[in-house]
Amino acid sequence: MVPVTASLEVSGLAFAYPDGHQALFGVDFSIARGERVALLGPNGAGKTTLVLHLNGILGGGTGTVTVAGLPVSRQHMAAIRQKVGIVFQDPDDQLFMPTVREDVAFGPAAAGIKGAALEERVHTALERVGMREFADRPPHHLSFGQRRRVAVATVLAMEPEILVLDEPSSNLDPASRRELADILRSLDVTVLMVTHDLPYALELCPRSLVLSDGVIAADGPTGALLSDEELMRAHRLELPFGFDPKSVTTGA
Amino acid sequence: MGAGHTHRLYRHGHSPVHGLPPHTKLAAAFLFVVVVVSTPREAMWAFAVYAVLLAVVAYQARVPARFLLGRLLIEVPFVAFAVLMPFVAEGERVHVLGLSLSVNGLWGAWNVLAKGTLGVAASVLLAATTELRELLLGLQRLKLPPLLVQIASFMIRYGDVITDEMRRMRIARESRGFEAKGVRHWGVLAKSAGALFIRSYERGERVHLAMVSRGYAGSMPVIDEVTASGAQWRHALALPCAALVVCLLGWML
Amino acid sequence: MHVPDGFIDAPTSAVTGVVAAGALAVSLRGARRELDERTAPLAGLVAAFIFAVQMLNFPVAAGTSGHLLGGALAAILVGPYTAVLCVSVVLLMQGVLFADGGLTALGVNITDMAIVTTVVSYAVFRGLLAVLPRKRRSVTVASFVAALVSVPAAAVAFTLIYAVGGTTDVSIGKVATAMIGVHVLIGVGEAVITALTVGAVIAVRPDLVYGARGLRQRLQLRVNGALVDAPAPTAPVAARTSRRTLWVTGLVTSLVLAGFVSFYASANPDGLEKVAHDKGIDKKEKEHTSAGSPLADYGVKDVSDARLSGGLAGVIGVGVTVVAGSAVFWSLRRRRGDDVSPVNTGV
Repeated sequence: MVPVTASLEVSGLAFAYPDGHQALFGVDFSIARGERVALLGPNGAGKTTLVLHLNGILGGGTGTVTVAGLPVSRQHMAAIRQKVGIVFQDPDDQLFMPTVREDVAFGPAAAGIKGAALEERVHTALERVGMREFADRPPHHLSFGQRRRVAVATVLAMEPEILVLDEPSSNLDPASRRELADILRSLDVTVLMVTHDLPYALELCPRSLVLSDGVIAADGPTGALLSDEELMRAHRLELPFGFDPKSVTTGA
Repeated sequence: MGAGHTHRLYRHGHSPVHGLPPHTKLAAAFLFVVVVVSTPREAMWAFAVYAVLLAVVAYQARVPARFLLGRLLIEVPFVAFAVLMPFVAEGERVHVLGLSLSVNGLWGAWNVLAKGTLGVAASVLLAATTELRELLLGLQRLKLPPLLVQIASFMIRYGDVITDEMRRMRIARESRGFEAKGVRHWGVLAKSAGALFIRSYERGERVHLAMVSRGYAGSMPVIDEVTASGAQWRHALALPCAALVVCLLGWML
Repeated sequence: MHVPDGFIDAPTSAVTGVVAAGALAVSLRGARRELDERTAPLAGLVAAFIFAVQMLNFPVAAGTSGHLLGGALAAILVGPYTAVLCVSVVLLMQGVLFADGGLTALGVNITDMAIVTTVVSYAVFRGLLAVLPRKRRSVTVASFVAALVSVPAAAVAFTLIYAVGGTTDVSIGKVATAMIGVHVLIGVGEAVITALTVGAVIAVRPDLVYGARGLRQRLQLRVNGALVDAPAPTAPVAARTSRRTLWVTGLVTSLVLAGFVSFYASANPDGLEKVAHDKGIDKKEKEHTSAGSPLADYGVKDVSDARLSGGLAGVIGVGVTVVAGSAVFWSLRRRRGDDVSPVNTGV
């Protein structure tokens, strides 16, 4: 069932690194506008490689990636990078400017937005993650959870078509985890969340993809996938001790 | 580096000096030092006037004398050098308290001490009244090549992160019972340095990825521009101008 | 070795400022070739690394410790151009933020610690690699020698600068003996740590050691046979011409200015003239105990009329530096603006 207005469409994507190591062996999936989807998979399944294809940082293999109808290719690169917002795992890598405000402004400014419009973007983005009063602080003075939220804001400021989060819950304490979940749920953008954190996926994403050995091994409702013990075992996915996906009512 | 040091150096405040645009302060400090260095060492009174000028600035900036004097300690190695000069320099000798001192050496020591101290004091005042971020904007405004400003900016942003990693590695070493005692342990320290380099470099690559993902194509977008009014320039340049007058008098008298 | 203000006279400071500006301009261009559009983040992180490593004290003997200068290490790990940029940025920040090294002495400090150490160590390193067998051990050995030579080389450079523009009459012989003596010792420590660090990096990520890239590529060719990346040899050839013109422009500018400014400097009794004429003039002065050193005895200086010319020299020298420095960077920026790089789009 391919939706009419797909935010993201990946078909037949295969890729090998220059050293010969092949990471993707034909990945196919599609995400409709406004969907929140989790991408699950064990270490080394090719998750990061896949993410780096979504905005054209990696490329040159076979297959296609289409973002809101626009193919990811050289001539559309600037537009693609505006549409696909990637939040990397370590916020210290993502927040490279001297102050929070400048960091959030970096993306839109690189796209040529200036002056009042730029300020507006920055304020809205920080407002959406509840970090507005931290605008003039240097990023390294914030707590880890706050840095992660600012990292989300840096991407939101670009008003992306799709938000891609790499391990959004890693290293967060339970309170920060909760706050981030609330923020993500309040956003009205398409979300692709790459994670090991299965309860978090269940909580936020109605649908999940399982990437294993460079192909999509399963695609379906998160609750159903997590309850399929055989599938989980086959792809080295493990639920935390005592966690039963069937007993959880998801707020997604 | 970065935050830790900065906060020790920078003194938050709202004085007239704090309020001046950073590039005017940078220009003023630089020109002041240039004038000081160009003053003849024989005009001792001129250096006293310079010190008074700096004291006035410090007063205006509400930088306490203790802070300023404490920061001057960075000069100590060269003070030691200056103290040696009268003993090792050439030229005619005078005898003070039974020591044979070179007149030229005494002048030289005085020259280095006076100019060096004034230079350090000017830099300390600049750093105490200007935030790091502002300093970078000032350098950018003074037409330092943008790439250099970017490198400096990344260095400041990640200085903390890197020194923090270094500290964690030291703690990890020490909690396994290692203590660097002598030459025998250089190998371990060098391995840490090597690991630190790899981590720094790989982080650089990840930062680059994050930048590219947000549309970076080789040049930094200009987000903040600092500007200065004529009045602000006049305020900032009052210091080097006053110093120039003193300097010229020093040459003529 | 951070030189404070007032240690070197104004004209000499100005000349070294021009030299430093020219070298930085060349390095900015060179670094773009070493790292392309990744220059800013990577060089920034390497600068942060150098800064951190300078704080890593290694114990020398009971109670004393030394620290790395890092010029040789940076040159070998990330290439000479990037290294010059990184060490210069560290020096700039140390000067502006920590008052470590004078603002007017920035040119001296950059020339001495950023340019001389990296250029000398990299030249020695490449020279040795060309002679030694193609093994990893050779890289370590070459790093050792390169770092060992680089520190006394900086001391020699400092002594030369001091000979031209030192503000006191300490005999050059004494300065040279003291500086080079101490720095040979420091150089040994620098050499051991640099070699071990390069060795540690090459064991884990040999691809990151810029100086050993030739080594790695040759190894790869034999293993992968068909996987030869063809564009590699053509790129440096194309680059070399523009690099050469830039070198020549930079060099000519620096030389012309150096000559021009030192013409004025020579009017200054503290400056060149002394060094040039020392032996001839002061025959009538009584001999001192230290007459053994090659450039000993100076005459008593005639301050009377040379004073004004000295001051003039200072002012003109500094003016020239400012104008020249901005001219170099201005032209550089224009050039960079012209060749809107098709390379940058490639990610």
